[in-house]
Amino acid sequence: MAVHGTYLGMPLDINDLDVENLAYFKHCASHDFHLQRCAACGLLRYPPTTACPWCASPKAQWMPVEARGAVHSYTEVHHAIQPAFKAHTPYLVLLVDLDTQKGKPSEHEALRVLGNLVQPNGTLAPQDMVKRVGIGTRVRMVFSDVAPGLALPQWTIDDSAPQPEKVWRYPIE
Amino acid sequence: MATQAETDATSPKHLRDKYAIVGVGETTYTRGSGITTRALGSWAVRNAIEDAGLKPADVDGMLSYQSGDSTFGTFIAGDLGIRPNFYMDVFGGGSSTEALIGIAIGVIEAGMCKTVAIFRAMNGFSQVRIGGTGARAAAPVAGDALHGRAYGWQSAGQMFAPTFMRHMYDYGTRPEQVAAVKAIHSEHASNNPKAFYKERYTVDDVLKSRFICKPLHLLDCCVETDNATAIIVTSADRARDGRHPRVLIRGVVGRCNKPRTDMHYQHGPISTVAGHYAREILWPNSGVGPEDIDVTGSYDAFTFTTMLQLEDYGFCKKGEGGAYVSDGTIRLGGRRPNNTSGGHLCEGYTHGMNMVIENVRQLRHDVDDSCPVGPDGKRQHTYDYREGGCRQVKKCDLTANLGWANPGTGSAMVMRRD
Repeated sequence: MAVHGTYLGMPLDINDLDVENLAYFKHCASHDFHLQRCAACGLLRYPPTTACPWCASPKAQWMPVEARGAVHSYTEVHHAIQPAFKAHTPYLVLLVDLDTQKGKPSEHEALRVLGNLVQPNGTLAPQDMVKRVGIGTRVRMVFSDVAPGLALPQWTIDDSAPQPEKVWRYPIE
Repeated sequence: MATQAETDATSPKHLRDKYAIVGVGETTYTRGSGITTRALGSWAVRNAIEDAGLKPADVDGMLSYQSGDSTFGTFIAGDLGIRPNFYMDVFGGGSSTEALIGIAIGVIEAGMCKTVAIFRAMNGFSQVRIGGTGARAAAPVAGDALHGRAYGWQSAGQMFAPTFMRHMYDYGTRPEQVAAVKAIHSEHASNNPKAFYKERYTVDDVLKSRFICKPLHLLDCCVETDNATAIIVTSADRARDGRHPRVLIRGVVGRCNKPRTDMHYQHGPISTVAGHYAREILWPNSGVGPEDIDVTGSYDAFTFTTMLQLEDYGFCKKGEGGAYVSDGTIRLGGRRPNNTSGGHLCEGYTHGMNMVIENVRQLRHDVDDSCPVGPDGKRQHTYDYREGGCRQVKKCDLTANLGWANPGTGSAMVMRRD
């Protein structure tokens, strides 16, 4: 069934036909991250697709995935484009390499999952937290609840993981 | 396990130099055109036809590209009295120009038509903002966009930034190296009377301008403008009757991709862009290499896009793009100037076509700078590149255009002087 919600004032929609995204975000709504695992070659993939990017098989199962990893790259947005984000600048968009399946099927591939830097409760991170994060920061997934059947996967600093001594940030603050 | 096919996509070499660009034209570059994209499009195509020394009835093919923000080729054809034997309007923005030139060659070669007008018409400032503000930002976030726009990750700058940042991390590229692209392109624009921004900027100006999204300052980003641009492609044989020396197409590569076109960041290294793949088609098709090229037109939606492409097409070693764009090579008077019109950063934003137009004029040795016009109707170029002066490159026999859609998709073309 179609899902409709509002997040930071933005309408978010998934229609009836989009069964891949419905399943993906339904798991997120349960705060339980799942990805499709190819029934033929066994590889996980992100974001949801209708066939396997490596072997083209249409068959897949949704599998629970340990959602921890390290920041691969990021941007720090100071000039928001969407009105919803203007009150929250600067905010971080993180591209995170999951530990799960990193370096597979080839050296430079990874499940690179997007999200904002948020507090553990899923609200966008305050400025002192934004300044602590860069390439290399260890993060864990949390969720921003939107509506029944829809939560957005997000990232927060993983306080239980050993952090690198220094993370890489853009040289001009 | 299946991997990306490693096919040889290079084309039959009998097409090399068999097609030509015979006409180029544009509107003024403005913010607030006050007219429709249809009016802009017919203005630019009319100018290109006139530049070619043709009549509208000589054109029988139309190609255009847009993203739901423009008129269609049939309206331009109707306005100008063109009866197309072929037309197509394709979806897309940056990287379309070179790809459509390749398509034009294909349809003429297939006998579907004889002479093709390619145009891009856009009110990129006053109607559909290219930066994504306004109507595009207000649209509901649906389906696959939930994985991006829901995170405030929507504009081109926001979406390309992870590539730019990772390049700095991987190779030590510095902000002031990349900012040199804007400074140099602004010098070029100051010698281009039709450029929207003719003011010269310094590296320091760029670094002191406000942040948009790191690593991009305001002046690392291109301008948004209202304008249309057009190009006429025909066979090299027919081009002999043109008003200008022929500009021959050596080779093209169109919308060539990194793996995982659905989300290119899944496949790294993410500091490598589509040019890494496209160069394997461009240079064999063209029969030349980067060392042979006199002038480049590397897409400058952002300062970084110019650098990344020059690097991945092999104009310097991987990782040395920062040095290449800041050591004077790409400046007028340097070894291989880039975007001599000022490009998207200064002249105007046209999704790549103005950079092809500029290189056509360079190859004709007839760029429209402020040099005096002689009795033969041609400019007497001084090669004095000071502000307000000449921008003709003295030796310009071969050019390369490197078009950019996003880090995962690019197009390119090599042209030569007859």
